Amino acid sequence: MSDKKMHKWVLAGCLMAAVTTAAAQVKIAYIDPLSGLMAATGEHGLKDLQFAAERLNARGGLNGQKIEIVPMDNKLSPQESLTLLNRAIDQGIRYITQGNGSSVAAALIDAINKHNARNPDKAVLFINYAAVDPDFTNSKCSFWHFRFDANSDMKLEALTNYMTKEKGIKKVYLINQDYSFGHQVARTARNMINKKRPDVEIVGDDLHPLARVKDFSPYITKIKASGADTVITGNWGSDLALLVRAAKDAGLDANFYTFYAGVIGTPTALGEAGVDRVFAVSYYGPNSAPARTQKYIDDYKKKYGATEDPYTFSFVNALELLSAAAAKAKSTDPAKVAKAMEGLRLDGPFGEITMREADHQLIQPLFIQRFVRTADAKLKYPAQGTTEYGFKEEVKLDGAHTSQPTNCQMQRP
Amino acid sequence: MEFFLISLLNGVTYGLLLFMLSSGLTLIFSMMGILNFAHASFYMLGAYFAYQISAYVGFWPALIVAPLTVGVIGALVERYGLRRAHHYGHVAELLFTFGLAFLIEEIVHLIWGKAAVDYRVPGSLEGTLFTLFSTSFPIYKGFMMLVSVGMLLALYGLLTRTRIGLIIQAALSRPDMVEALGHNVPRIFMLVFGGGAALAGLAGVIGGNAFVTEPGMAAAVGSIVFVVVVVGGLGSLAGAFVASLLIGIIQTFAVAIDFSVTDMAAALGIDLAGGSNLARLSISQLAPVLPYLLMVAILIFRPRGLMGARES
Repeated sequence: MSDKKMHKWVLAGCLMAAVTTAAAQVKIAYIDPLSGLMAATGEHGLKDLQFAAERLNARGGLNGQKIEIVPMDNKLSPQESLTLLNRAIDQGIRYITQGNGSSVAAALIDAINKHNARNPDKAVLFINYAAVDPDFTNSKCSFWHFRFDANSDMKLEALTNYMTKEKGIKKVYLINQDYSFGHQVARTARNMINKKRPDVEIVGDDLHPLARVKDFSPYITKIKASGADTVITGNWGSDLALLVRAAKDAGLDANFYTFYAGVIGTPTALGEAGVDRVFAVSYYGPNSAPARTQKYIDDYKKKYGATEDPYTFSFVNALELLSAAAAKAKSTDPAKVAKAMEGLRLDGPFGEITMREADHQLIQPLFIQRFVRTADAKLKYPAQGTTEYGFKEEVKLDGAHTSQPTNCQMQRP
Repeated sequence: MEFFLISLLNGVTYGLLLFMLSSGLTLIFSMMGILNFAHASFYMLGAYFAYQISAYVGFWPALIVAPLTVGVIGALVERYGLRRAHHYGHVAELLFTFGLAFLIEEIVHLIWGKAAVDYRVPGSLEGTLFTLFSTSFPIYKGFMMLVSVGMLLALYGLLTRTRIGLIIQAALSRPDMVEALGHNVPRIFMLVFGGGAALAGLAGVIGGNAFVTEPGMAAAVGSIVFVVVVVGGLGSLAGAFVASLLIGIIQTFAVAIDFSVTDMAAALGIDLAGGSNLARLSISQLAPVLPYLLMVAILIFRPRGLMGARES
């Protein structure tokens, strides 16, 4: 290449760089684990977010500005996340999203509140897509925090309501992971069952270490000895798969009510062991989705492969609401968008969604689904990572039936 | 009674799995003095290879081919990596295997991704072996126990009853003399390391589908195998066997006990209901810590382990 040609290329490159910065962009920092034990979950979330952003960008983004996702690896550590938050703010990023681990979310909310109080003209908005600690929309609620997943109390309310109608349930066993989330599930499930089904006996309440148990047989032996017919668990990942598998091996005849049976990797790991006995509560019900949502799922599968699954629809909801709010506010400034988003109501992918003004909790439909063989139930969409198994709708709850009272005292700027 | 028997059975099964995992490590450590931090990574490789191979030719060929492949990789690692590091002493070896563990994990990420793969128990091993009271015992667990016991017998026989076993043992305590007699000592070391890796690989083939095959599986068992080796006694195969069973049984029974310090005090008539959270922890919650407590206790009171031959 001659010198002259080289110059041309360099010039073109400079021009292109100038053009990209000129077309204003809205950057969203995705702060979640992209390495370590939870990397698979973090990467899947990132993929779903990027896909949702591409779709929105094709339709014009936020008021004509394209959304750009900036992935940041927090290694599931609150400390690391705060460093990344500062880095994002230094880069001028005003939208932050995170979901894995309520401990991380709590640290971020706290830091963002402080930052926004000090820099009201550079306020940052937090999109919480999966951290389900109820406190974030109750005692610790913040104007800058918006939650797009149902919190754990809402999910348990839906599950226990469903269980109320199942007259076969006599004895319930609670088994959960030994950390804040597991403790919360155990406590709330106990309270709700005592209230709704006083005739049901809670025959056991176990906590086991997070992601460390290989063989759940001892726990299953204990559950069996207790005579339980139903198990409630907030377990996720391998902790759920191994629990169900050990139950099947030992011939435990009990149903499992779970939160996360549909999440990445788990359907594959459940396999035949989970058929007909695993229930999950979630906002994602592909087989009950309206046509336009199924089109979205089809396009996703076309791009990433048939067994991939855009599970994280909280991102779709988040971006749709952001774009509607930005249009309403005629601005992409987080403070204005946050104001406009309060109380905003949209026709969501699975039904009506509302961003509740009082506590910034998204009110959306929830599904209670049963793990089945796709062929038996004639399901169109299998679960993530498999073709043989999927989730069949048992109940769909409208937003109104999933909402819970809040004691949030919102401080608005 | 039912509960006791089934818990005992669970404990023995878990113990035998631990032995499968740690036998290769104890072999390498006792023979070569190398503390192999990458041992659990060979276990993971075994599971992934078996998953890949069984996708093409089925589980039974994979049961043979996958451990052999892992063994060959182990031998190559010894020949071209560890042997060089050996010249710089034990710390270099330790750091080498430590780095190797990370390297293998990243390679697994690159090839098979970060999520769990669908590696299943073969159809012929699914089902119930027998039913004790009302609890069924799966065939696959029986198969696992069989392989583990077979592994112990085969290793013991190989080391004490065959010519190559005798040369291996001799090469380890008197390498110069064995070399002078015309045996190739570096090659023996390579075989031992490859063999140890193959044993870990075999454990992976069997453990991978019994549990979950995912990139975190090496880290999940990485520490417990060291506990087994330390408790059993450095360099003792029989010790590792006893320690595995002991840890398996202790951990299984501990899970069953919902008893805390608060309850104990209450039984004695002391009310600690307002006491600290620590006192309210039940033994079942402490179960996962017990093996490590046992290790610390052994290191304090009997540093050479239950059946160890040496002090260090």
